Amino acid sequence: MKHNLILRVVSKFLIPLIFLFALYVQFHGDFGPGGGFQAGVIFSAGIILYALVFGVDSAKQVIPPYVLRLLASLGVLIYAGTGVATLLLGGNYLEYGVLASSQVAGQHLGILVIELGVGITVMSVMLIMFFAFAERGRPEMNSESKSE
Amino acid sequence: MDMILGHYNYWMVIIIMMAGFYTVISRGNLVKKIVGLNIFQVSVFLLYISIGNVKEGAVPIIEKGITLYSNPLPHVLILTAIVVGVATTALGLALVIRIKEAYGSIEEDDIHNQDQSL
Amino acid sequence: MIDNIVDITLLSLLAIHAVAIIRMRSLFAVIMLFGGFSFLSAGLFVVMDAADVAFTEAAVGAGISTVLMLATLALTYAPAEIDKKEKRPTHQPWLPLSVVFITGALLIYGTWDIPAFGDPDAPAQQHVAPYYLEKSMPETGVPNVVTAVLASYRGFDTLGEVTVIFTAGIAVLLLIGGRRRVNPQIEKTGGKRET
Repeated sequence: MKHNLILRVVSKFLIPLIFLFALYVQFHGDFGPGGGFQAGVIFSAGIILYALVFGVDSAKQVIPPYVLRLLASLGVLIYAGTGVATLLLGGNYLEYGVLASSQVAGQHLGILVIELGVGITVMSVMLIMFFAFAERGRPEMNSESKSE
Repeated sequence: MDMILGHYNYWMVIIIMMAGFYTVISRGNLVKKIVGLNIFQVSVFLLYISIGNVKEGAVPIIEKGITLYSNPLPHVLILTAIVVGVATTALGLALVIRIKEAYGSIEEDDIHNQDQSL
Repeated sequence: MIDNIVDITLLSLLAIHAVAIIRMRSLFAVIMLFGGFSFLSAGLFVVMDAADVAFTEAAVGAGISTVLMLATLALTYAPAEIDKKEKRPTHQPWLPLSVVFITGALLIYGTWDIPAFGDPDAPAQQHVAPYYLEKSMPETGVPNVVTAVLASYRGFDTLGEVTVIFTAGIAVLLLIGGRRRVNPQIEKTGGKRET
């Protein structure tokens, strides 16, 4: 498709950089602006760009929808699970100080883990919503009648 | 003059808020109503961040040698609010799609006419 | 001084955008203007020293929101109606205009006594904010105070927020997750339900 040529070439160059930037924002949220939410949205924006240029079916082969549903639940589980882990180690719920040897090291570890959970959930939910909106317009492929 | 410079932010925020409010209550198209709701939301965020701003303050990231920072608390609240706002917008748009599939139109008047004639 | 000028210019541009969104009837243009509106507000957040908030607003408002609205527009208008205009308003605007003016006037009257923009002695800057600014480095070791407050001091709020996002994702999946089921009554009449 001639009119898609520039888009394809440029996006093939840009999409890995977008993913790299998302990972940078995720893990440097402690030292600069950033954190879980921004990283999740930027990561999903990369995959949405891929879906817009190469088709939603190709994007669904990159990340199948059942993986997205798993990842969304996994993120919330990581976050709540950190709280339960601190409960089991003797502190209050979500008291990160008991996770490692010292208070400050425990806080670092706790903040890193929960930001990871937040990033994973935000990315998968944005992609779930995009795929749901994009797939709604196509009628059913099977020929059985689907009347309500 | 001091009064105007000091309060200009708040007055413009109120104007934008009222513009969004007017879009919600007076236009009939459902997608435009959702856009108006989002404008209202953004103006509320601007209000909070204006309250937390400190003149000559820096971004609230601790650095050596800087003593005056902007207030970090409104930033935290608005971060949560933005993400929750996009979630509710997506849900509203999903409802608009279902309304279109059930009624055949997304203009408020058409939907009212179809409902009243049943 | 330059800060003030940039601030006032950006705010005026935002207000002009908002009025243009009210007046335009082509829905595609309205959504594009909304993307520009989000981006301008992200620039305004940077001028007001809120780096994290600007990041999130640019990514979420000008990115995800605009894409989802365009997808809705594609799903709710048949391909033949290229214009995608909203209908001409049929009601008189006097009642909404008067409600808006009264509410705006009351709000402006309420802001008369607010401390000036950027005042370091305002009540909003006392009590909790200096505590967070002083104690976040010794207690958590994280230089970004916003991340420290979000993840450590107010961790419960963030847990609730992640749950809200997850719930919204599930709800969207329930509402429009499958392929479109065609209601035969609507297909027969070509779009409008028979009365």
